[in-house]
Amino acid sequence: MTPSAFRLTLPILFGYLPLGMAFGVLFATQLDYPWWIAPLMGVLVYAGAAQILAVSLLAAHAGLLEVFIAMFVLNARHLFYGLSLLGQFRGAGWRKLYLIFGLTDETYSLLTSRQRTETREQELHTDFRITLLNQLYWVVGCAAGGFLGHSVAFNSTGIEFALIALFIVLTIEQYKALGETFPLWLGALAAGVAMAVLPAPHQLIGAIVIVSLVLLLQYRRHRDALTRNRSEETTHG
Amino acid sequence: MAENLFQNYYLSSFIAVTVLATFATRIIPFVFFERHTEHPLIKHLGRYLPAAVMALLAIVFLQRSATWSLPVVGLDALIPGVLVVLVHLWRSNALLSIAAGTLPYMAIQQAGLF
Repeated sequence: MTPSAFRLTLPILFGYLPLGMAFGVLFATQLDYPWWIAPLMGVLVYAGAAQILAVSLLAAHAGLLEVFIAMFVLNARHLFYGLSLLGQFRGAGWRKLYLIFGLTDETYSLLTSRQRTETREQELHTDFRITLLNQLYWVVGCAAGGFLGHSVAFNSTGIEFALIALFIVLTIEQYKALGETFPLWLGALAAGVAMAVLPAPHQLIGAIVIVSLVLLLQYRRHRDALTRNRSEETTHG
Repeated sequence: MAENLFQNYYLSSFIAVTVLATFATRIIPFVFFERHTEHPLIKHLGRYLPAAVMALLAIVFLQRSATWSLPVVGLDALIPGVLVVLVHLWRSNALLSIAAGTLPYMAIQQAGLF
């Protein structure tokens, strides 16, 4: 028997409720907007790191272009989740759009690692329920945190460090999955250069451009080396 | 009143832009790359871009949360940052690691320890 969607998502329930609450508290204590905007963002955006970054950007009244670029790049890893699920989501019909919308880190890892023994149609239905349950946990967490932060008075100075802590955690997780330190040095170095030469509002975009350029150059050099080897083989062979 | 209206306008555009950017990263593969999943450039970026972006975000925001004047020289944020790394390497529990850095940072800021 395959475990039910609810049982599969239990670990995510315990992760999403508190993290959603952390976002809600952060939102309600750092910003002057109504607390229910926090769960609304959980419904519409549904991305943990992006929502937490949004609190900083909202507080700084960041320009909308910067917001778009920062959010796109922060979420760029989703691009690669999608690439690996192209086949799996084929034939999902009306559910497909929601399956794509709900593709968070945790949902992705659950959908790609769980055992599939039923028919394709049934498995896609389970995928759909898993995605829906996960978002439900997240929205409930955001609402609870937003309401708490709004109604319970406490000194929240410094709570914004949660964002940095989250980025550090995600960096370590990326490193564990990859087993290489090169991208970490590249990111850190790009950040250092951007902070040294650019004013604060352009540092994030500057660092992102540096990282992308270096990766592109590295790819081209790698590819040229491959073609050179191949053509040498043909001339000498 | 006018300020309130401006604030609401900014907030709704902000949320719209965030929704658009986030959903774009999720739907683009299904719309444009159905036939290019094996392209070496995409594989190269997929391998290195996410880790590099996380690292640069961590560094940029860590720098902004610190006090760099003497005698603190960034220690008010660097110590909580190191705690996050150590606790995460130790227990691999994201929430525990986040709390292990955020609570000390809040204590340092609120008590004016540095």
